[in-house]
Amino acid sequence: MQIITHRKHAVNITQAERIASAVGGGMLAALGIGRRSPAGVALALIGGDLLRRGITGHSYAYEAMGIRTAPLGQGAETTAVPYELGIRVDKSITIGKPRAEVYRFWRTLPNLARFMKNLIAVEETGNRSHWVVAGPGGRRVEWDAVIHNEIPDELIAWRTLPGGDVASAGSVWFCDAPGGRGCEVLIELQYNPPAGTFGAVLALLAGKEPGQQIQEDLHRLKMLLETGEILTVEGQPAGGAPEPAERDRRVQRASEESFPASDSPAYNPVSL
Amino acid sequence: MKAVCWHGTHDVRVEQVPEPTVLNTQDAVVKITLSAICGSDLHIYDGYIPFMNRGDILGHEFMGEVVQVGREVKNLKAGDRVVVPFAISCGRCYYCQKGLWSLCDNSNPNAPLCEKMFGASGSGLFGYSHIYGGFAGGQAQYARVPFADVGPLKIPADVTDEQALFLSDIFPTGYMAAENCNIQPGDVVAVWGCGPVGQFAIRSAYMLGAGRVIAIDSYPARLDMARRGKAETLNYEDGDVVEKLNEMTGGRGPDACIDAVGMEAHGKTLDAIYDRAKQAARLETDRPHALRQAIRACRKGGTISIAGVYAGLVDKFPIGMAFAKGLTFKMGQTHVQRYMKMLLERIQSGQIDPSFVITHRMRIDDAADGYRAFRYQPEECLKVVLNPS
Repeated sequence: MQIITHRKHAVNITQAERIASAVGGGMLAALGIGRRSPAGVALALIGGDLLRRGITGHSYAYEAMGIRTAPLGQGAETTAVPYELGIRVDKSITIGKPRAEVYRFWRTLPNLARFMKNLIAVEETGNRSHWVVAGPGGRRVEWDAVIHNEIPDELIAWRTLPGGDVASAGSVWFCDAPGGRGCEVLIELQYNPPAGTFGAVLALLAGKEPGQQIQEDLHRLKMLLETGEILTVEGQPAGGAPEPAERDRRVQRASEESFPASDSPAYNPVSL
Repeated sequence: MKAVCWHGTHDVRVEQVPEPTVLNTQDAVVKITLSAICGSDLHIYDGYIPFMNRGDILGHEFMGEVVQVGREVKNLKAGDRVVVPFAISCGRCYYCQKGLWSLCDNSNPNAPLCEKMFGASGSGLFGYSHIYGGFAGGQAQYARVPFADVGPLKIPADVTDEQALFLSDIFPTGYMAAENCNIQPGDVVAVWGCGPVGQFAIRSAYMLGAGRVIAIDSYPARLDMARRGKAETLNYEDGDVVEKLNEMTGGRGPDACIDAVGMEAHGKTLDAIYDRAKQAARLETDRPHALRQAIRACRKGGTISIAGVYAGLVDKFPIGMAFAKGLTFKMGQTHVQRYMKMLLERIQSGQIDPSFVITHRMRIDDAADGYRAFRYQPEECLKVVLNPS
């Protein structure tokens, strides 16, 4: 599989913007150089960057925000994530089950919610699907996608359709693992989160980066297919905190000491 | 129920916590009749193991009676008396199928975290931090046991709890350490560390055909116990162990060396002091003093078998010497399930009674005293078992 690397610092602003940027930047720079003061230096720097922006046609700010105003060209109709935008994720895992079985499980899209932690629901109609995902901070994130290329038992390739909250495109490959080890599942995708790279950084600070989330989801898939369930420790006992009963007793005691007969009708010990 | 919970360095407390329940369909819940404190628990006690949360229940050596089974459990029923391996294994992944039970792919829910730290994740472990899954441990009155058809071994009535308990960890660990030495009949095997694992390694080496076993430690009581296992002994405080081993083996060096000491090695030589200083400055995480000695002592073409736990990075590792001598290194967490049945048969036939290592019997309420004794009184205390009633 040949990986096509893209030029990172490509043109992403319109022709008109470029001209305005170059002209405006040039004027500001000239003004700033003439001033010979700290304010002048600042002006010169800003003007210089606008000039650079106009000459190269590349806006770092746009790239960070995940947008481009320049037209996409030939592939515009079928492009979900322009090549200079978004974050690339490549993750893989080996599952000790036959390739056809793993493919069949994945291709039945409702199964995905069984191991993809943040996936709330996915509905399929034909080769299109509607996805609802829990985003950072618990917000619902939704989009439509189309499987535009599919090779049974081998490849599922998708891209999101315009209008969704997140743009992404990628493929899931199913390959035979060597030595009878089963199936290698390889995910290659590029996704452009809301607010571009800034958004991704915020998500990172809030919890985890999607590469890690995908790796965890793949691990859960392996557990599910090889052992029949996903092992959990949620709900097991631990010390270090007061038991709910103990907490209630403490609150009740404090409440009685301070306001003997004035608990709010809404106070319900069980809800603590 | 009562459970021994970690609260910080040198701070364990017995607390009241809820009883465990079946969480996955292949679980069982065991009512614990006996459990123990392991030497590797001391690394947690001493604060060397990261990703511990206040309140985590400790303990990975335990046995008892099955009280509840999930609906997919076929080989166990309520009332069965079982001993539980310290490593949790699914039985179906590539590693379990190859007999590498402690490298199971599917029993650590936090595998990606473990992969970040160690490059790969092995199996989940009972009571050994969130890196290994964060499973509640067995120093408690009840424990939930995942993949119950795969791990727990049924114990017949003619074997007592004290005889069976150590099948959970230290007996198979000592045995695997000896097996990893690839012992040829009549070989000389040197064992660093006369703690419980070392004691089992000594006896296992003889079971596997060693001609002589030379045990190294400094505490007289531990060396005595080693001698009771037919080992010759060396006290590392009496002089250079490596030179002595050379003399004792006609200039060859031992055919195989077992490191049953691990990352908290003691010593007063220059390299040991160096390790302590670097560790205090947080520049080195482990102290490989015993391991360096083993490498220096081992004969050309011999085997170094590492049973002691290492967690991080070591300095000044004589890899050049190891290469020059053509040494083989074997190491890792014990594949308990591989050995349990066979070792149980040896116990039943009277070949060995593993309860010989027990020096302290305590009630679970006194667990904090047990940890203290194990940590600070190595002369008197070799193995603490906890009765949970």
